Amino acid sequence: MTTITSPAQGGAIQHANYTTTFAALASYEKGGVELIADDARHYAFSNIFDVASTMPAWDRVAVAKNWEYVLETVRAEGTSPWFTASHDEFAICMDAADGEVLVELVKLDMPIATDDVEGAVLVDGDPVGPRMGRIRLKRGHQALLPKGSAYRFVKDGAPGVLLIQTIGGELTQYRWAEICQTV
Amino acid sequence: MTIQLDVDRSADVNVDGYHTFKLGEFTFRRDEFFVYIDWPTGSHIMSADAFLRALQRDVAWDFFYGIVNFDGIFGTVNHYGTVDIFAGRYNESYRKAELDYSETVETPVIRETFEAVLSDWTNQSFDPFASPHETGSAFGVKNGDNDAAVTRQRVAAERMVGLPGDQQPRSDEMGYPVNRMFADVDQSEPVVEVEPGFEDEVAAFSLFAYLSRSDVTWNPSVVSVCKDSLACPTTEEYILPIIHGNDRVEWFIQLSDQITWEVEDRDTGAVRSRVVMKAGDVCAMPADIRHQGYSPKRSMLLVWENNSGAIPEAIASGKAPTYPIEF
Ligand SMILES: [Fe+2]
Repeated sequence: MTTITSPAQGGAIQHANYTTTFAALASYEKGGVELIADDARHYAFSNIFDVASTMPAWDRVAVAKNWEYVLETVRAEGTSPWFTASHDEFAICMDAADGEVLVELVKLDMPIATDDVEGAVLVDGDPVGPRMGRIRLKRGHQALLPKGSAYRFVKDGAPGVLLIQTIGGELTQYRWAEICQTV
Repeated sequence: MTIQLDVDRSADVNVDGYHTFKLGEFTFRRDEFFVYIDWPTGSHIMSADAFLRALQRDVAWDFFYGIVNFDGIFGTVNHYGTVDIFAGRYNESYRKAELDYSETVETPVIRETFEAVLSDWTNQSFDPFASPHETGSAFGVKNGDNDAAVTRQRVAAERMVGLPGDQQPRSDEMGYPVNRMFADVDQSEPVVEVEPGFEDEVAAFSLFAYLSRSDVTWNPSVVSVCKDSLACPTTEEYILPIIHGNDRVEWFIQLSDQITWEVEDRDTGAVRSRVVMKAGDVCAMPADIRHQGYSPKRSMLLVWENNSGAIPEAIASGKAPTYPIEF
């Protein structure tokens, strides 16, 4: 079921079908800032797929930062290390390359990131604790990475892209000069 | 306990069927085509269509972050407890001529008054939240109301959409059909395997399907919360009905299709840039600008906000920069 047009629109004609444009590692186009009286760096303009196209798998590169909070872009390829955080994080699958990104969750018996630690940290070796569950993400799907859990991602086949809502931490990489429009 | 506030509304309606409202020294009236705003040092005229679309956002967002400019003259500034209602304050000519005017009012007073204006001036043919393709005309003499549309609750997840007890994914049954411009968006939900005992923590949902079923435009709503970090995606079609003046940096992540942003100096309205955002693009909006977006096809935009109450003062006092990153 899709919405239909109001009959009271004054006679304007619409297309019968519309195509929604999502982007992917294999197909993306960048816009940009057209400067009239400003500095491009004030906008920190980048593109998630452009960033993910050049970086190693599972690096957590900040594409947005607002005080302590960040959005990190991750190239999903193969199996990630185990991560954990003292606070909730969220992963949006921006590209699953016609497959899916698997999220594995384990409840840690002993928290690794104490409450004062912000951002994701690595789990040394395999996490110790009961399995919480597994989530299969396709493009546009969003998952909770709950605080106090250990999580890892598995992406078989062609690389995918994740966008992670979190707080800047020891694993967050800041490469603004490389990724942003500067002039 | 709810406090019953008296909205200052004319006893009688005018020849076109609309009440006149007063808020402080501001007077608001409308006729078939226009809204007229009067204050002690001047007056202003706006299209009823544009005014109601802007008023709808201001009310639904509870005055949002920073400044909601209805146009280059009139608007509100949120101080999160009080609201400034202004004319000409962010217009260089008005300020030079000393014709700018503003008043600070308690938030509940302006909230009740603006809700009453929105209800009285919106006819049954018009939904101010909808794109022009999806609704009828705002114009004409008083003709019923559309309170069901103008009182839609702003959706805000506590932790994440889809968790037990939180906001849930949208469906046909809930009255959220897929929008005509998103008919091609995959509606499949993620496969979630939960071990017993972890039902409250293992969750996922299709954000894109959720957005494809939004029945409003230009209305950021919270889907996930990490302390003060709020992911507020929204669906956009036609023009952002206000010019948003920032009191903090906000970030845009274009999820689908394309939006063009006109960016101006927040205080003077002088043009600063034009930003074209395509799917996957990320762009900060500095804390000293105002912006208005244009979306030729219904698109998905992730607006990302830092809700911390400390930020506006830190930026206003110069303790924090107006742009997000030093590099
Ligand atoms: Fe904005």
